[in-house]
Amino acid sequence: MVATPLRSSASKQEKIGQQAWMDFAAGRWSEQIDVCDFIQRNYRPYTGDRTFLTDATPRTQQLWAQVSVLMKQEREQGILDTDTAVPTGITAHAAGYVDAGLEEIVGLQTDQPLKRALMPLGGIRVAEKSLEAYGYEIDPALHEIFTKYRKTHNDGVFDAYTPEMRMARHVGIITGLPDAYGRGRIIGDYRRVALYGIERLVADKQAALAATNVATMSEAVIRDREEINEQIRALKELQAMAAKYGLDISQPATNAKEAIQWTYFGYLGAIKEQNGAAMSFGRTSTFLDIYIERDLANGTLSESAAQELIDDLVIKLRMVRFLRAPAYNELFSGDPVWVTESIGGVGEDGRPLVSKSSFRFLQTLYNLGPAPEPNLTVLWSEQMPTAFKQFCAQVSIDTSSIQYENDDLMRPLYGDDYGIACCVSAMRIGKQMQFFGARVNLAKALLYAINGGKDEKAGQQVAPVTEPITADTLDYDEVMAKFDPTLDWLANLYVNTLNVIHFMHDKYCYERLEMALHDPEVFRTMACGIAGLSVVGDALSAIKYSTVKVLRNEAGLAVDYEIEGDYPKFGNNDDRVDSITADVVTRFMNKIRQCPTYRNATPTQSILTITSNVVYGKKTGNTPDGRKAGEPFGPGANPMHGRDTKGAIAACESVAKLPYDDAQDGISFTFSIVPQALGKQLEDQVNNLVGLLDGYFHNTGHHININVLNRDTLLDAMDHPEEYPQLTIRVSGYAVNFIKLTREQQLDVISRTFHERF
Amino acid sequence: MKGSNLNSHSASHLDSHLDPQRGRIHSIETCGTVDGPGIRFVIFTQGCRLRCQYCHNPDTRDPHGGKAVTVDELIQEIRKYRTYMKYSGGGVTVSGGEPLLQPEFVREIFRQCQAEGIHTALDTSGYPDFERSKPVLDHTDLVLLDIKSFDPKTYHQVTQVSIEPTLHFAKYLSEIHKPVWIRFVLVPGLTDAPDNIAGVAQFASSLSSVERVDILPFHQMAAYKWEMMGYHYLLKDTPTPTAEQVQQAVDIFGQYGLSVS
Repeated sequence: MVATPLRSSASKQEKIGQQAWMDFAAGRWSEQIDVCDFIQRNYRPYTGDRTFLTDATPRTQQLWAQVSVLMKQEREQGILDTDTAVPTGITAHAAGYVDAGLEEIVGLQTDQPLKRALMPLGGIRVAEKSLEAYGYEIDPALHEIFTKYRKTHNDGVFDAYTPEMRMARHVGIITGLPDAYGRGRIIGDYRRVALYGIERLVADKQAALAATNVATMSEAVIRDREEINEQIRALKELQAMAAKYGLDISQPATNAKEAIQWTYFGYLGAIKEQNGAAMSFGRTSTFLDIYIERDLANGTLSESAAQELIDDLVIKLRMVRFLRAPAYNELFSGDPVWVTESIGGVGEDGRPLVSKSSFRFLQTLYNLGPAPEPNLTVLWSEQMPTAFKQFCAQVSIDTSSIQYENDDLMRPLYGDDYGIACCVSAMRIGKQMQFFGARVNLAKALLYAINGGKDEKAGQQVAPVTEPITADTLDYDEVMAKFDPTLDWLANLYVNTLNVIHFMHDKYCYERLEMALHDPEVFRTMACGIAGLSVVGDALSAIKYSTVKVLRNEAGLAVDYEIEGDYPKFGNNDDRVDSITADVVTRFMNKIRQCPTYRNATPTQSILTITSNVVYGKKTGNTPDGRKAGEPFGPGANPMHGRDTKGAIAACESVAKLPYDDAQDGISFTFSIVPQALGKQLEDQVNNLVGLLDGYFHNTGHHININVLNRDTLLDAMDHPEEYPQLTIRVSGYAVNFIKLTREQQLDVISRTFHERF
Repeated sequence: MKGSNLNSHSASHLDSHLDPQRGRIHSIETCGTVDGPGIRFVIFTQGCRLRCQYCHNPDTRDPHGGKAVTVDELIQEIRKYRTYMKYSGGGVTVSGGEPLLQPEFVREIFRQCQAEGIHTALDTSGYPDFERSKPVLDHTDLVLLDIKSFDPKTYHQVTQVSIEPTLHFAKYLSEIHKPVWIRFVLVPGLTDAPDNIAGVAQFASSLSSVERVDILPFHQMAAYKWEMMGYHYLLKDTPTPTAEQVQQAVDIFGQYGLSVS
């Protein structure tokens, strides 16, 4: 890592710096950019319970009521308003407010609340289509600029795509690719703005620029120098953006309110600039707590005022919007932006990273009601204080709005200052980023293996021509002998496709500000992903343990399967099928590892479908596990619904067995249960949910979404959406507003295993 | 279908009397949270002599149904869930059906669980043969005793059997100070007469080791099973008790010094 010593040139900075850092224990962080060191030396773990928390103040209620009205209007209209003539940028808009007199924390993406910004750099066509879908038209001058003078990411990608890549994308064996929109899944270390101020951050980047090896002007050095200069420019723009709100962020924050505001400004600059698929917030609560504790101690802040600041920040995070086409929303269920905030966990020294502000962030779900964003993610460790665990369980039971990820599993890999980007992707904050790669449809790949590389729906040759299986019943060894090389082909094509995408994204849609809030040297992963895992596991198990007959159409294409006899199904903690399923994960990861990656990124893999398990299911024919064409896949790593017969914990265990070492970008599991099935009394429910989480994570489960809901509530919400504006449910790796789902997705959620035996 | 079941399974059913290592179960549930403390591995045994009108597992009645398993198989399965039991303070519950129709089998499961430090709970009506059932209690940490009613006529109406064996069993549990949770299903129009509830409460308060009383409000979630089994379901139109009705029952237990969860 390049880290530059602090050069104290300006006396003004010294003065503010002294005030800003007063009472903080100095250390490495005071000399170099090192937020983690600052936290470790200054935070105060909190092991108590929730009783110190305060409710929403009248001011907060009033502000949230105003925002709620706008959100209702937005739901009815589709979007509230959008730019058509101003391409977005950090400084593109004047200051915007909901109600300037009420807001403690300020800053909007555009000049009006919930008004969407026009973000053409990802792809002008998608931006134009999104506008059209809502009845707007792009300014002709802009159209000309971005089609004639300034190329966008999407155009670059399609210049380099091969016919095979286009075909794979078209038939849906490789899907969800960020080739027409921002890739996201990069977390700027927004806390740096608060701790150091812009001047210091610019100085650091200038030093990094000076340190580049100009003796050998390789492509890498040239790119670095250009990128660092872009980063410096973005930092200066951020300072100018803050100045529009009358705030000077050139220097470090001097109190809690400024720390929250400066941090939010850092994030705001990023979401003004980038329409990333996931724009995560990081791991801020315990960092901010240090400032809050200092203000509480010196008497300049009350608990209620501290909660107000957090509530206000969260209101802002709930208002993040991007202009996206309705088709995109259909794919991802609603309008997710994955403002993921990671909470809790334990430090490498064993002290819990739970602070009072960890509680305060969760308290927003009471003060403002449940909501899908920010995507509150608890990093669960067995070593966390019991009172915090119990509070988390209580919040899950009351709001179904949080997800949990295994801190004890991730800490050895990522240290104790990592955050979750999007749903399940861990990365060291400010030190690591990923090239987001969406996912491949492994269920389809299995069908290709059976059909000699032909698509089971379209009939056309997609994978290289191989001998199709012609036997009447499927033989396990024969299928595996064909499936394996199909995966070789798919892995290679997939990584090549991602290489094209990320080359072009860096070139045409570079995340200037987010990368400015990273160290000069960044560790990059290439996050591949798979969908349809439980379909493939069950299909292979059916082939191995029962008799699967093949039904072919006139063209000889295998289009349906008849299963005779029972077979072990994934989700029942049965090693016969769980080991097959785990092998598929390892097998595909090993193939990914063989492929050269852009910028030498380290390949990883996720088992995550977002909610597109519905869409992937639609695009995939009958499968040998008995799933019918068009039926949704299990989401993420979930068992196929209705096939887990031994209860919820058995399903947890099957998922927990999937090898995290071969899926380090995350293994998503969604768990829905009715409250009564967690226990009779609330106290039992809390105890049992804590026990379930401790057990699942102890047994190396990676991620779990917890929904505690009644099926009747969901059915009623389908019929009376207006009565459930904030009904939130967890889907694969994030949360959605239930009423924003399509009817089809709502039915999928309801039909999926609801553990309710009692 | 039933005939073939009888043919193929009756022999092993007879075996279960002789061989404590084998028994018949309906199913298992790995996330039991309402049959004893914590997260529990619940074994639903096959077979019951009671014909409770509100039974929510009518598919467990036939002693020849279900599947034959060995204690070893069950113990191997149970071991997979020890982590969850440990963190939640849970254990193993044998429910049914009526576990005490296969007492040697259940005793063996519990004996092996206890040997591994796993908490054991027996969910029973207390109706089956007393002398044969008694040894199960040697390895039972907690009894969930279902008292379906107190008024003998009502009890018979609900279950088609006599209440006497249950009372006898309960008194024995009291004598040996075995921890007991009393469970009472509140069914509007069937078990909810105040005198009937008071009878259960008074009886429960006379026992020495009642740790908890559960009032289970009747629900219709098993209706589909009755239909599936082709049984005549008398409670088709019976509503779930209202919050007030439940509270009234809670208050009656309260009058006898019993706090209800």
